[in-house]
Amino acid sequence: MPEAATADIESTPIAVDLHAEFENSGVKDVLAELDRDLIGLAPVKKRIRETAALLLVERARRSMGLAHETPTLHMSFTGNPGTGKTTVALRMADLLHRLGYIRKGHLVSVTRDDLVGQYIGHTAPKTKEILKKAMGGVLFIDEAYYLYRPENERDYGQEAIEILLQVMENQRDDLVVILAGYSGRMERFFESNPGFRSRIAHHIDFPDYEDEELLQIAVKMLEQQNYRFDDAGLAAMRDYIARRRQQPHFANARSIRNALDRARLRQANRLFEGAAGPLSADALSTISAEDIRASRVFAAAPSGGKEGM
Amino acid sequence: MRITQGAFSFLPDLTDDQIRAQVQYCIDNGWAVSLEFTDDPHPRNTYWEMWGHPMFDNPDAAALLMELAECRKVYGDRYIRVVAFDASHGWESVKLSFIVNRPAEEPGFRLEREEMGGRMIRYATKPYAADRPAGARYA
Repeated sequence: MPEAATADIESTPIAVDLHAEFENSGVKDVLAELDRDLIGLAPVKKRIRETAALLLVERARRSMGLAHETPTLHMSFTGNPGTGKTTVALRMADLLHRLGYIRKGHLVSVTRDDLVGQYIGHTAPKTKEILKKAMGGVLFIDEAYYLYRPENERDYGQEAIEILLQVMENQRDDLVVILAGYSGRMERFFESNPGFRSRIAHHIDFPDYEDEELLQIAVKMLEQQNYRFDDAGLAAMRDYIARRRQQPHFANARSIRNALDRARLRQANRLFEGAAGPLSADALSTISAEDIRASRVFAAAPSGGKEGM
Repeated sequence: MRITQGAFSFLPDLTDDQIRAQVQYCIDNGWAVSLEFTDDPHPRNTYWEMWGHPMFDNPDAAALLMELAECRKVYGDRYIRVVAFDASHGWESVKLSFIVNRPAEEPGFRLEREEMGGRMIRYATKPYAADRPAGARYA
């Protein structure tokens, strides 16, 4: 035993170069990627940077023998739909993996249906199955508040919550749980389940995108599919975003993606029906104003678009 | 008498960390790991009872360790083994199995001789544990 103790002391570093750690662990790459790929979301990026710094310092402390407990890594992501919660969760899994806090770095994304069973005795095995699948990685529970249904006291969601809490507490080394959902409803969920609140260390709020940010996202999305806007198309898209926001079921980037999918459909139709000769690559990959302006959104709100639907 | 079936059975019992490392090796090879238990230690007793389903899509050994903890809670007084099944075409069979839990006391086997006609003798090995009814053998 004394030999082991001295060996332990010898292997303990005296000083840690945090910047070298930062570069070598690959955390720098993840954060740079996050900055590059995700438009807007400044407060989220800031929180992730802070979390990464905390984890890096914690890891350094651990290597020097100053800390032994695994820090609580469970998180909650709150924000409106389409604000990038799942995307950020994926990056988070990568980040935690590179820092060595999780062993595999995969993300298992589930909703209530995947955790809660339909009859007595069905929930526990189902929840455990998912937990087992997520071990070594991150369990992402989307719209987590649906797990708890106060109006039905025999709802099986409670059972799933109990198993989750138990594993979140006892197997902190094995998996990280991220709960996601709308801010208001998550707040109420945490109020009625204080066990969750106390086990979650990091609350990150996702703001809605600005119109200009959504436009950048639209351009980026098209770029990834080798499409582009012409000038009139870009203006139409800007118009579209402003109007779409006033309408119900606006889901930020997701609405944009759907709009672009429909615009591509219309573009294909326009080319198919209108083309009189061979088409250039340019024509095949240009989304113009008429592809966007044909949208229902413009029909519904011809003026300022304030009245909604 | 310590029974020796499967891999590693001549070694001292594996610790949980060693089990985890072995299981992770199996998973990394793409084998589906599962748990089986029995209270009949006869060497020809091939088919043990299954504990849960084989884990085809769990990337981490922690899942099996969690199941093992549960299984030990219920059947801690029996033999439990890890089985790693290779589902790839041409194999479709168990690649590795090893015992991860055994009863506190293993009474061993007795040799039975049955006299037949013409001075012939037939031999059989019977576990002492099997004298008692299934389920109450190692209580």
